[in-house]
Amino acid sequence: MKIRLRYFARVREKLGVAEEWVTLPDDIRTVDDVRLFLMKRGGVWSEVLSAGQLKMACQLQMAQPDTKVTEGCEIAFFPPVTGG
Amino acid sequence: MSIRIQTEDFDLSAELDRLRSDHRDIGAVVSFVGTVRDVNDDDGILSMELEHYPGMTEAALEEIESRARQRWDILDSIIIHRVGVLKPADQIVLVAVASRHRGEAFRACEYMIDALKTQAPFWKKEQTAKGGVRWVKAKDSDESALKKW
Repeated sequence: MKIRLRYFARVREKLGVAEEWVTLPDDIRTVDDVRLFLMKRGGVWSEVLSAGQLKMACQLQMAQPDTKVTEGCEIAFFPPVTGG
Repeated sequence: MSIRIQTEDFDLSAELDRLRSDHRDIGAVVSFVGTVRDVNDDDGILSMELEHYPGMTEAALEEIESRARQRWDILDSIIIHRVGVLKPADQIVLVAVASRHRGEAFRACEYMIDALKTQAPFWKKEQTAKGGVRWVKAKDSDESALKKW
């Protein structure tokens, strides 16, 4: 399964990437599986994506860890929002 | 109902005129304007840069408007949020609500800005007078403000 990943604000700056497409192994089902898969890249990936405050979105909606991922979907990782 | 994300400033009076123009049964308009402060966490602030998640931002704001509409008797509403680089005293955000009676408009407007603060994907990065650049941290008080609804 191929999905689009996007990173915002401090998360984007620390990872040094704004967006990418990745091909996922077959056993990945949820947004949290994607997070754990990306953490295996090690270094800053492991550090940034393990932060307790990290927020995740799937298809432009706030996601829970168990939100299902589907072919071609867009998953985003970002810090708590600070608008207004 | 209208939602705009823009870099340019907005004219409060023109926006409120537009909000009222399609309805003759409006008895109350309540608006909230958020502005950039020149101090945060005891440091002077020179400027602030606002980033957002295009697509998700609009979806989140539409969801907030829709929830407010289901809960209160609203005739019309508008949310404008600026992005890009802003200076102290600049306007950042406008939430305005029109309804038949003031109570509904006050409550809906406060709910919408409280919800926006914790649910719409905007992030602020500020440049301090000391020369530092830092991301603004989310406040627990914003989370608790939403819980009262």
